[in-house]
Amino acid sequence: MTGTMTWLNAHWGLVLSLSWQHWYLALIPVLIGLVVSIPLGWLATRSKVLRNTFFYLFGFLYSIPSLALFIVIPVILGTGILDPLNLIIPLTIYTIALMVRSVVDALEAVPWHVRAAATAMGFRPLHRFFAVDLPMSVPVLIAGLRVAAVSSISLVSVGALIGLSGLGDLFTEGEQHQFIGEIVIGVVGSLVLALVTDLVLVLIGRVTTPWTRVRT
Amino acid sequence: MIEFEAVTKQYPDGTIAVNELDLAIDAGRITVFVGPSGCGKTTSLRMINRMIDVTSGHIRIDGTDIMTSDPPVLRRGIGYVIQQAGLFPHRTVLDNVATVPVLTGMSRRAARTRAAELLETVGLPAGMAKRYPAQLSGGQQQRVGVARALAADPPVLLMDEPFSAVDPIVREGLQEELLRLQADLAKTIVFVTHDIDEAIKLGDKVAVLRTGGILAQYDEPAALLGRPVDDFVASFVGRDRGYRALGFLPAERLRLGELPLVELGGTVANARAALVDGWAVAVDEARRPLGWLSETRLATVDGSASLTDDLLVRGGSLYTHDAKAGITAGSLRSALDSALSSPAALGIAVNADGGVLGSVDASDVLAALAAARSQGEVPT
Repeated sequence: MTGTMTWLNAHWGLVLSLSWQHWYLALIPVLIGLVVSIPLGWLATRSKVLRNTFFYLFGFLYSIPSLALFIVIPVILGTGILDPLNLIIPLTIYTIALMVRSVVDALEAVPWHVRAAATAMGFRPLHRFFAVDLPMSVPVLIAGLRVAAVSSISLVSVGALIGLSGLGDLFTEGEQHQFIGEIVIGVVGSLVLALVTDLVLVLIGRVTTPWTRVRT
Repeated sequence: MIEFEAVTKQYPDGTIAVNELDLAIDAGRITVFVGPSGCGKTTSLRMINRMIDVTSGHIRIDGTDIMTSDPPVLRRGIGYVIQQAGLFPHRTVLDNVATVPVLTGMSRRAARTRAAELLETVGLPAGMAKRYPAQLSGGQQQRVGVARALAADPPVLLMDEPFSAVDPIVREGLQEELLRLQADLAKTIVFVTHDIDEAIKLGDKVAVLRTGGILAQYDEPAALLGRPVDDFVASFVGRDRGYRALGFLPAERLRLGELPLVELGGTVANARAALVDGWAVAVDEARRPLGWLSETRLATVDGSASLTDDLLVRGGSLYTHDAKAGITAGSLRSALDSALSSPAALGIAVNADGGVLGSVDASDVLAALAAARSQGEVPT
């Protein structure tokens, strides 16, 4: 235990910079995934065929082990061996796989009479989507994002095996040095990152949806 | 004025929702589309603001074919009230009402000022403005729905079964409110309902549609009840249409009888002395009726006891004999109902402030009906 604290005191800067790296490697894919999922989810609500295609395709992609994707992506895309894209692209795919379903559920939960009233008042389709459908979807989207963000943070650690990671580096290094303390710090660090991210998402949800918490 | 000329709506699967509909909807009046489900009444309504496009035929508003305008722009000029109100749950009541003015380019600030005025117009307290729809009752939500439809002051208002999801008492209040608003605003209102009573109550004219989107009869409510064109209309307007037709004859023509009135707080002995034919009406200081006093009920207590609330016999509807601003006078129908529902077999007539004017019995109503009939006031 004392060994762990001593190591941490000596490598505080390293742990912080790895945490930061870990965080953005995990969250950039979540952001891109969200932005891509919204139009895909919208398309899926418009056509049954498209919706089933998406659900099977993303279900399949989600079932591929992350390590396999990390290794295959550079081969397919021809990216360099330490290119962050090797990590960002697979994690984006996972996020989309999770979020498309959330977007579809959220959009389908908008009551028909609200949608009809919006159209009847003279909203154009795109305007209605951003002014009515999307804001009403925020609670469900935030729930989906919380799962996607936490799972992305845990998956970034696996990236250590292809030389790209944040706190995951501490796992591989700890194993090489036969030093359990470093691994513990990596685990605790990832947990803290996940918790903080989750909390931030919950707060964003609360601030943007005051209407869900009114007394009825 | 809104004109339907040979309007047909056929869906891709071949179903005909509306069939060759010709109709002229009067400006400034309430026109009701009524009929069983599948009669195309909602489809006909939604074709007016192009929520649904016609398959063939023409719809013109003040002479302009609606197909020549861009649908969103057309819709901003037509108010729309939908079942269950369709309010935006994520916007405050005030912002819900301000929606269309903002869409048409009014500043948010000006739109909110306008919205606040409208909330007052539809009878909602200003304190509701900052609430979210989920915090309102069904009836209040529907009032907000009406305010929202009126916000841009459109000449035409489409109402798609707006009161069907609220309970009967609230519905009646909303109907009265709509008539009161219409008396001030004189909008061209097209109202869809499956409830013939609602159609008769609200409509200046009623279009009865039959399954398959065919117009069965288009007439004033009294004529619809008095002269249904065929068995379908006759059965749709209902078996007790003779009774409902009484609703078109004002009750002002009735001569009222004397009613003994007693204020609470005196002794039971005094109340007994006031009874006429075994009955009297207990009233408050403003002569508003509280309930009936009966000989049998008063016989159960000692004469020296004081006359209290719990000795009253409840029941019996009231009818308003004369009108004042904002309150419509009762009809022979409400007078008859008052007489029939009264424990004393006497209806209580009240003035617009709710004070007792006198009594009416069922035979008085029938005599008034006979008199109206002989003067040709009852459609036959």
